[in-house]
Amino acid sequence: MDAGGSRERMADYLRDHHDKVAGRWTELVVSGMRGRTSVEEVRRELGDLFTLIVRVLSEADEHAAGELQAALDELSRSRAREGFTPSETALAVFSLKEAVYELVGDSAELVAEFLAFSRLIDELGLRTFEAYSAAREQIISDQMTTMMELSTPVVQLWDGIIAVPLVGTLDSARTQLVMEKLLDTLVATGADHAVIDITGVATVDTEVAQHLLKTVSAARLLGAECTISGIRPQVAQTIVSLGIEFGDIATKANLADALALALRQAGLKVVPA
Amino acid sequence: MDRVPILKIGQTLFVSIQIDLQDESVMLLQEDLADELSASGARGVIIDITAVEIVDSFIGRMLTMIGSISRLFDAETVIVGMRPAVAITLTELGLSLSGVRTALNAEKGLEILNGKT
Repeated sequence: MDAGGSRERMADYLRDHHDKVAGRWTELVVSGMRGRTSVEEVRRELGDLFTLIVRVLSEADEHAAGELQAALDELSRSRAREGFTPSETALAVFSLKEAVYELVGDSAELVAEFLAFSRLIDELGLRTFEAYSAAREQIISDQMTTMMELSTPVVQLWDGIIAVPLVGTLDSARTQLVMEKLLDTLVATGADHAVIDITGVATVDTEVAQHLLKTVSAARLLGAECTISGIRPQVAQTIVSLGIEFGDIATKANLADALALALRQAGLKVVPA
Repeated sequence: MDRVPILKIGQTLFVSIQIDLQDESVMLLQEDLADELSASGARGVIIDITAVEIVDSFIGRMLTMIGSISRLFDAETVIVGMRPAVAITLTELGLSLSGVRTALNAEKGLEILNGKT
């Protein structure tokens, strides 16, 4: 028996039983979704997919396969964004097999057709899974980029004084970014005093301290003096109990104190107007 | 052999490094600088490394050594114009250039030497 023939016969069969199969398919998928998507939306999505699958099976035109893949990719991507699990996403495709099997299960003469159809659905299921994980990875890398951009502003406090408010966790990658940005800003603005504010840094361990020290010594090589500000009481206790030495680097409780120190070192004085 | 020129401006010696430093040119520079310091009685040395894009531990050590030599003649050394990438590399190498001062640019370096900081 030729595979091409069975696929075509299956396409005819599906076309004949369109309403029944599509209806049952929608039912199965909706019950798996537990009400997170509207029935109408699922019916529309699956209706499009069903038409495409029939077109692929009947091998009527060469664009059908590409269109089906694009539609599946789109479906997986939106499912990934909406927070569905991978199996829930793949189930949307595999349910069609069940819907068709319920219909043809009794008729022995359609076995070859069903096998050909089943092979196609398996392929499509795998495809969904791949698209799903690709979409997830894309989301994660987008978020990483956003986080990196968000978390490293360098602000100018005064002529010749800049500040870097650090928020979150300091790891090597972020320290590198902060360091580069700080040094570039020092060169660009000609500032000779930098304040690194760690109010928003949750924990300071030996690694974070090491990163801070590196940043300060790099800034010193450029000829700029650094002050570390925003040391909270718990952080101070941790630093001392870990035996971290900041050496001759000035540390201050808050940004205001650090600014006052920087102004004093720059030979400036703030007087009441 | 590339020689790094040493310019005397007032009481300051000005060295601008604009070539790829080889071992020999570094030795020559150290010799020339020592000669010049002893002859001129200069009180300060400014080394401009704006054009230096690549550093290694050797150059780091050279800068520290020039600092030490100058101090023997009672002159202060200021390294100016270091690029951010160079600073990061030196830090990663664990070199903090102890014994020499640093400034963003030649103007600020001169201010340091003239005691206006």
